[in-house]
Amino acid sequence: MINALSPSLEREVEERSGEKVRLCYQCGKCSTGCLFNFAMDILPHQVMKLVQYGQKERLLSSHTIWICAACETCTARCPNDIDVAGVMDTLRAMALDEGVKPAEKNIPLFHQCFLGNIQATGRISEPILMGSYKTLSGDLASDIGLAVKMLAKGKIKLIPSLVKDRREVRRIFKESKR
Amino acid sequence: MKTYSYYPGCSQLSSAEEYGVSALEVADALGIRLETLPDWNCCGASSAHMTNHLLAVSLPGRNLARARERGGDLVVVCAACYHNLKKAQTEILEDEKLARRVEAVVGADPRFRGRIVHLLDVIAEEVGLEDLVEKVTRPLEGLKPVSYYGCLMVRPRGMITSDDPDNPRLMDDLMTALGAEVKNWSYKTDCCGGSLSLTRTDVVVKLVNRLFEAAEEAGGNCIVVACPMCLANLEMRQREGRLSFKLEHDLPVFFFTEMLGLALGLPGAEEWFTRHLIDPLPLLYGAGLA
Repeated sequence: MINALSPSLEREVEERSGEKVRLCYQCGKCSTGCLFNFAMDILPHQVMKLVQYGQKERLLSSHTIWICAACETCTARCPNDIDVAGVMDTLRAMALDEGVKPAEKNIPLFHQCFLGNIQATGRISEPILMGSYKTLSGDLASDIGLAVKMLAKGKIKLIPSLVKDRREVRRIFKESKR
Repeated sequence: MKTYSYYPGCSQLSSAEEYGVSALEVADALGIRLETLPDWNCCGASSAHMTNHLLAVSLPGRNLARARERGGDLVVVCAACYHNLKKAQTEILEDEKLARRVEAVVGADPRFRGRIVHLLDVIAEEVGLEDLVEKVTRPLEGLKPVSYYGCLMVRPRGMITSDDPDNPRLMDDLMTALGAEVKNWSYKTDCCGGSLSLTRTDVVVKLVNRLFEAAEEAGGNCIVVACPMCLANLEMRQREGRLSFKLEHDLPVFFFTEMLGLALGLPGAEEWFTRHLIDPLPLLYGAGLA
């Protein structure tokens, strides 16, 4: 795939993440240990290389940046002490900031619903989170049986637990928007 | 015994209520005083740090500001909350520029300098495993757990000093002290995929079933966890694997606090076990523990 280069990508990612991506020498430990490698289109060590090469478009539109679950196995094992999972966070945030169409539509949508729930009530409530995510993703059919079972076991509380001072929570969301 | 501030975390009020309840009852039985942090908010879980760094530090930052006002140390039971609070604390204390930004966002001083500790560590430190053995009234004979720490508990790089990040042993030692026959396995810190459970169920089903397979191969008859996301994910996503995997995995999954409560003979323990999606009662009856 040929893409326009973004020569400043490495610097931008390093500044935002605080990580020295240039130190990666492609040992591949991150990709070998990654539990999600089978579902990725670009492996973690390749992500590091593509950052060095300025391949912004490929990275921000990849499945990988959303498939990474941030378990930090890569980070724990990197011989150059690069927080690989932290770099993934940076790439995800950049993709959202730049309005790149995500390869995994539902994952950022889930994050949006999750944060919307916190913004509204201060704490996560399963009916609000699952209700908003299932409605917006259109994935209504899956997990209905599970939801019924969870309700029966008292694992879903219909009355949400609220933060009292929700103005403070809303303020955090407002002030931390870039 | 010391009094600690306590951060319950959202799951412990809903999907993992048995974790929250058993944690408080076990702490109480062991003389550890936990006082809930007033008006705490969600730590932001995976969704905040995956999308907005300042938000990911500021949501825990509000809780840290409250913990700072109260003084002392802060106890957490959820591995994800623990990870996020600890990561935010480290970043705030190491980066004054960020600390000032978070202070402006939160409207309070987030520079909490007390310790953030997982309840597992508190029990080991305050009670000690040797003294704990003395308190066991019902040894967990017949239970062969593998201990599953999950990814987040031992991960904040350079922040966890109390246990080996690749091969943590504290939960194994604790279960041994309770009389269980702990099985060794190499999946202790492998991620279960919790944050993708709703969005990429296909990926998660594979990971979860591999964990169950490995636990059975190791000779385990149950899995013990210290994270509500792990437990929910393991219980929720093991069934979908029935079609694609040869065996049906139905090993019960317990919170370590439930095991403690059972071994200490706490009266509420049986109530907790009725809330699980994988029914642990057949195993417990079989072992004469319920």
